[in-house]
Amino acid sequence: MRYSALQVIKQGLTGNKGWTPAWREPEPKAEYDVIIIGAGGHGLATAYYLAKEHGITNVAVVEKGWLGSGNIGRNTTIIRSNYMLPGNEPFYELSMKLWEGLEQDFNYNAMISQRGILNLCHSDPQRDGFARRGNAMLMAGADAVLLDTDGVRKLCPDLDFDNARFPITGGLWQKRGGTVRHDAVAWGYARGADERGVDIIQNCEVTGMQISNGVCTGVETTRGKISAKKVAVCVAGSSSRVMSMAGMRLPIESHVLQAFVTEGLKPTIPGVVTFGAGHFYISQSDKGGLVFGGDIDGYNTYAQRGNLPTVEDVCEGGMAVMPNIGRARMLRMWGGVMDMSMDGTPFIDKTDIGGLYFNGGWCYGGFKATPASGWCYAHLLATGQPHETATQLRLDRFKRGRMIDEKGVGAQPNLH
Amino acid sequence: MIINHPLLGPRDAAEFVYLGDASLINRPTSDSDNAAEKFYEYLYLRDNVAGEMRELWYHEQGDRSWLVVTRNTLTHEISNVELARDVARASGRDR
Repeated sequence: MRYSALQVIKQGLTGNKGWTPAWREPEPKAEYDVIIIGAGGHGLATAYYLAKEHGITNVAVVEKGWLGSGNIGRNTTIIRSNYMLPGNEPFYELSMKLWEGLEQDFNYNAMISQRGILNLCHSDPQRDGFARRGNAMLMAGADAVLLDTDGVRKLCPDLDFDNARFPITGGLWQKRGGTVRHDAVAWGYARGADERGVDIIQNCEVTGMQISNGVCTGVETTRGKISAKKVAVCVAGSSSRVMSMAGMRLPIESHVLQAFVTEGLKPTIPGVVTFGAGHFYISQSDKGGLVFGGDIDGYNTYAQRGNLPTVEDVCEGGMAVMPNIGRARMLRMWGGVMDMSMDGTPFIDKTDIGGLYFNGGWCYGGFKATPASGWCYAHLLATGQPHETATQLRLDRFKRGRMIDEKGVGAQPNLH
Repeated sequence: MIINHPLLGPRDAAEFVYLGDASLINRPTSDSDNAAEKFYEYLYLRDNVAGEMRELWYHEQGDRSWLVVTRNTLTHEISNVELARDVARASGRDR
């Protein structure tokens, strides 16, 4: 069923009895062309683009829990393409362009809102750094504006501009950045993939890989063995656990990132504001809640919850830059498990095992990358060649000395 | 999390800096065969276990000792804390 305003009126006048489920609940078949492990945003996007762009529809997406139960449901919904390095920025700009056409493309309301993202700077050298980054963004076809203090003041008059330690001297503004209704992204991709014949098999945990003579021929699951010509792992957060079934060790550690939301308030934050110097970023949801977060907790964990010292650190950051939010009451806090890679950059690549592909290492930047991740992974699976924007997102880049370290902190995942 | 320091008693984990897997104690030597391969694995690859993990914590805001903490990455429960120095010596190193 195609969703439209006309459809809403028609269904409304006929008692809303005509709506059908957005996807089927199929039993797994014995064999598929491609099995995607993980029905999160990236896995479902991969299935969608495999079917839509490459005509490969004999595809199963297997999922341990329910679809969209991982980090697509636990992030802070921000989209942006304000990276710098050549291996990264064209990829994230592809993602931004896909976001811009996504709702029309998959016929689903994902509430994409390009309300802008503002990175604050506090010193001349940091401003120089932002100028360099902004120019790198422009060269990759993205948009960027370097603002002075007055420019920031026009956007966000309530910031603490004269903070003694971090006076605000300007900012980097990407107008096309913004927020998206995160769950709807998973649902839209799931519906679009299912419509084209992809089987989304929920409550089906992969318990082993079938590998013989260096070739992966399928997976063992809690619902039986399923064979496949290609197995595509897409389980960021649990990548090391799943790839260990294939005997692989990854350049990844799992860490927890916390996020917070306050009670609903009247509009006060114009877009997304990041205060990198104080480990704090914030936006306001359409319901009015302030959605904010900071750094990862900093120790390896698979628990989807963090600890209180980080909560204190994030809230101190918020109070330093935005004292007017001090009386807002926090409603909820939660944590998601991140694949923290050794250079802060993800992987979309083949492995040394035939027929086994890997997508992961998204650190805390996976949500914004969802469309491009699916697009490039589908391209790799369908053609055997990496997409032109993802040629450097390789698993062996550390061995070759080709790391893509945006932050320049080296192989220390808890500092990215 | 509270880390029960062998010398100082229970301390808040916020006093510590985290490094990662305790196997980082065992740095390869540059004169071994395939040293480049060994250093690549040492520096970049991780077991990243879900469950009991031995890991290095540095007591930066305390006595500046390195500790080997055995902690469960699923529950955050800490079951054992040793001085990294003792662990390294027990494995045959001189310090």
